[in-house]
Amino acid sequence: MNLKLKIWRQKNAGAKGNFATYRMEDVSPEMSFLEMLDALNKKLVEEDKEPVAFDHDCREGICGSCGMYINGHPHGPVPAVTTCLLSMRYFSDGDTIWVEPWRAKPFPVIKDLIVDRSAFDKIQIAGGFISINAGAAPEANSILAQKKNADAAFDSSICIGCGACVAACKNASAMLFVSAKISQFALLPQGRIEAKERVREMVEKMDELGFGNCSNTGACEAECPKEIKLTNIARLNREYYKAF
Amino acid sequence: MGKLISKIPDGPLAEKWTRYKASVKLVNPANKKKIEIIVVGTGLSGAGAASALGELGYSVKNFCYQDSPRRAHSVAAQGGINAAKNYQNDGDSTYRLFYDMIKGGDFRAREGNVYRAAEVSNQVIDHFTALGVPFARDYGGTLDTRSFGGVQVSRTFYAKGQTGQQCLLGCYSSLNRQIKKGNVKMFPRREMLDLVVIDGRARGIITRNLITGEIERHGAHAVVLATGGYGTIYYLSTLAVNSNASAAWKAHRKGAFFANPSFVQIHPTSVPQLNEFQSKLTLMSESLRNDGRIWVPKSKGDKRPANDIPEDERDYYLERRYPTFGNLVPRDVASRAAKERCDAGYGIGESGLAVNLDFRDAINKQGKKAIENKYGNLFDMYKTITGIDSYDEPMRIYPAGHYTMGGLWVDYELMTTIPGLYAIGESNFSDHGANRLGASSLMQAAGDGYFVLPNTISNYLADQISVAKIATDKPEFADAEKAATERIDKLMSIKGKHTASSFHKRLGKIMWDYVGMSRNEAGLKKALELVKELKDEFWKDLNIPGSAADLNMELEKAGRVADYFDLAQLLINDALDRKESCGAHFREEYQTPDGEALRNDKEFAYVAAWEYAGEGKPHILHKEELKFEEVEMKVRSYK
Ligand SMILES: Cc1cc2nc3c(=O)[nH]c(=O)nc-3n(C[C@H](O)[C@H](O)[C@H](O)COP(=O)(O)OP(=O)(O)OC[C@H]3O[C@@H](n4cnc5c(N)ncnc54)[C@H](O)[C@@H]3O)c2cc1C
Ligand code: SF4
Ligand code: FES
Repeated sequence: MNLKLKIWRQKNAGAKGNFATYRMEDVSPEMSFLEMLDALNKKLVEEDKEPVAFDHDCREGICGSCGMYINGHPHGPVPAVTTCLLSMRYFSDGDTIWVEPWRAKPFPVIKDLIVDRSAFDKIQIAGGFISINAGAAPEANSILAQKKNADAAFDSSICIGCGACVAACKNASAMLFVSAKISQFALLPQGRIEAKERVREMVEKMDELGFGNCSNTGACEAECPKEIKLTNIARLNREYYKAF
Repeated sequence: MGKLISKIPDGPLAEKWTRYKASVKLVNPANKKKIEIIVVGTGLSGAGAASALGELGYSVKNFCYQDSPRRAHSVAAQGGINAAKNYQNDGDSTYRLFYDMIKGGDFRAREGNVYRAAEVSNQVIDHFTALGVPFARDYGGTLDTRSFGGVQVSRTFYAKGQTGQQCLLGCYSSLNRQIKKGNVKMFPRREMLDLVVIDGRARGIITRNLITGEIERHGAHAVVLATGGYGTIYYLSTLAVNSNASAAWKAHRKGAFFANPSFVQIHPTSVPQLNEFQSKLTLMSESLRNDGRIWVPKSKGDKRPANDIPEDERDYYLERRYPTFGNLVPRDVASRAAKERCDAGYGIGESGLAVNLDFRDAINKQGKKAIENKYGNLFDMYKTITGIDSYDEPMRIYPAGHYTMGGLWVDYELMTTIPGLYAIGESNFSDHGANRLGASSLMQAAGDGYFVLPNTISNYLADQISVAKIATDKPEFADAEKAATERIDKLMSIKGKHTASSFHKRLGKIMWDYVGMSRNEAGLKKALELVKELKDEFWKDLNIPGSAADLNMELEKAGRVADYFDLAQLLINDALDRKESCGAHFREEYQTPDGEALRNDKEFAYVAAWEYAGEGKPHILHKEELKFEEVEMKVRSYK
């Protein structure tokens, strides 16, 4: 298929960006979205032009590196997939595809489609851990956890830290991301001990870094490639009220 | 260069580690803060080490090339992590785990190291559980296990098909706690470009800031490499596409020996290549072979849809060749058998480079629901990638490069041949011999990082407390920085026509065709020539647009590919030199009449440790003889 791409190009954080237009011919429906961009970049390099910069690594939906706005949706129009697993078979001959970086104040653009998501790390550093040193752990089966809680903790813990929830939210709220970690630990006995400090410190850091408030729009849940649920945010709120 | 001293402690196998720990030199707590340690890598091994060293009070600097430590490639591991807990009461023990690894590795690993890896495995599970890793549980609240990788006990702990992600996020959380405390300083988006050696000791690294392009100097009393494996030397592999060997290779050029580079595991069940632009191969977990049956048509070039091929025209070749183990033979055996069928013209699909993994019989017997419960997420992933629903038709699979048993040579203390330089996790060669067993790599990486290295490194650092903070204005730093800058300039100034990836892809094809699942002398020699030609072409015809003083992904790739040309040559020479078949290394000249691997213990029961002798000069081979005191070397048979 033949496609028209409108891609955001921005030299660096300080520069003004704009959309550049590229035509791609003979795109195979078996390619992934990133492989289609690889093909574009190959062409650009062969013409001695700067390729489009984007983050990526595992290319199987688990590392959380990739992420771009495609036709108005984080990770593109198909639910529950990351950009790297988005197949070109969802596009048709003659389509125009708009590609932009995450747009959120706490995620400044570094170059083209790459943004700085270090704010996410800062929130985790503030409290996303259980305080135990290597060597101090008790025998694993001395900590019992109900299977249903352990399974629910798993469902929360699969967040890949991609940032799509923030990019999707009109307030640039990081509530879904933060609530996933809070929930994972809140649901496990190991995590209860520091529950209060954890939620206070992570929420405080989130606010300090300029993420917005949650207004229950639900765009984050709709766009999250790992289908992290809004119920996590409800749990975060409960944990937060309990913490004072 | 002196002989290789493995430093295996005396005493009975089961007591070596305890004795070692009891006699190791310690660093006074008050002195730890003054000692700086660099850890490169944030996978299970690197993040584990950085956390544990921080907890002990050392001043740690931790580096990774991704934007966050949470994205290290350990995140992609699927199936599980082993430990000898014997929670199932099925006869497991530290000894049995040790024995399975030694045998699975085809008797090409060191007994002492492997035993210790098995021994610390229980501590790893205790620690991850305490860190809040949500492993699967049974209804009574205890941890669940499954059997994995063709062993007879159930010792694999798991978190659905995302065990690596969950373990890595556990490591990331302990790392974050140390960052908050100020014991670890994190340097993401940095690529290590060189190792700095002063008076024969590792004293620092040179990095490139991947955002600004700035070349930086970092000094430390000791340097730990936890930089992962080099499976992307095949271009297409199950690894993250930016995985590379460059840090290990730079250390090698500065004096660290590289061991058994040709021991590369090719995993039998990956989604096959779908198109020529494909950039990676996605693994379909080994666990699928518990219920899926592997087959190809009995007649050559039969391109009918799988479901139209009647039962008596199907060749279940693993069940035919290995009646005892059937579809559950180890990875190396399964991969070679698939290649044999496809090379003989029986492969399926347009390319003929795929075989069927069929769940029809399992679904008929157990019901769709049961299969969905076990493998639902894998079937979903397969469908996302290929668009095919494997509840209705077989999956297509083909082998792919997956894990590198080879790596930097280390002794029992995980120190390389450069004093003060350590290698942990997949970046070292130590525990898996010529073939790795499933779920034992996460175990080893986390064990190395959290429990082995923090003990052994103090033996070295105890003598370093009087050494002042390493100043980075020394000439050795300036020289290393200059060399790194010159190489970047050289790459930038080629100004040819082609991308680094296009060369990488061609290199990968050579490696796959001649140095993949089976190898022979003529093919290996041909590969050496082809790699050399391609390398020359690369240095004449590469193009990198843009500037080195800026974020430049083409430059990053080019540096990694350039190092792969050199590692490829060593890998091929190692494969040429090992005139036997063992584990994943299959030399066609050395096989039994029915096509099985033929080991030669008399001449090859050694670790091949290669010393760099200078640009363009042949490497020097050092042999570390493997002595088996505890186990008897046997022929692996799965018939
Ligand atoms: C698809 C897949 C599935 C797997 N499944 C399993 C499984 O189920 N069970 C199991 O036991 N094993 C499994 N393995 C193997 C296992 O995941 C790895 O061997 C293990 O995670 C390696 O961990 P590591 O800490 O050594 O390195 P990695 O996790 O690979 O981390 C490497 C680190 O080094 C950094 N780095 C590399 N080069 C540089 C440089 N030049 N400069 C700066 N930083 C650098 C990277 O940023 C990264 O942080 C699997 C592997 C793959 C590919
Ligand atoms: S909650 Fe979902 S969208 Fe947000 S970072 Fe996690 S995986 Fe990405
Ligand atoms: S590249 Fe890892 S999630 Fe997309």
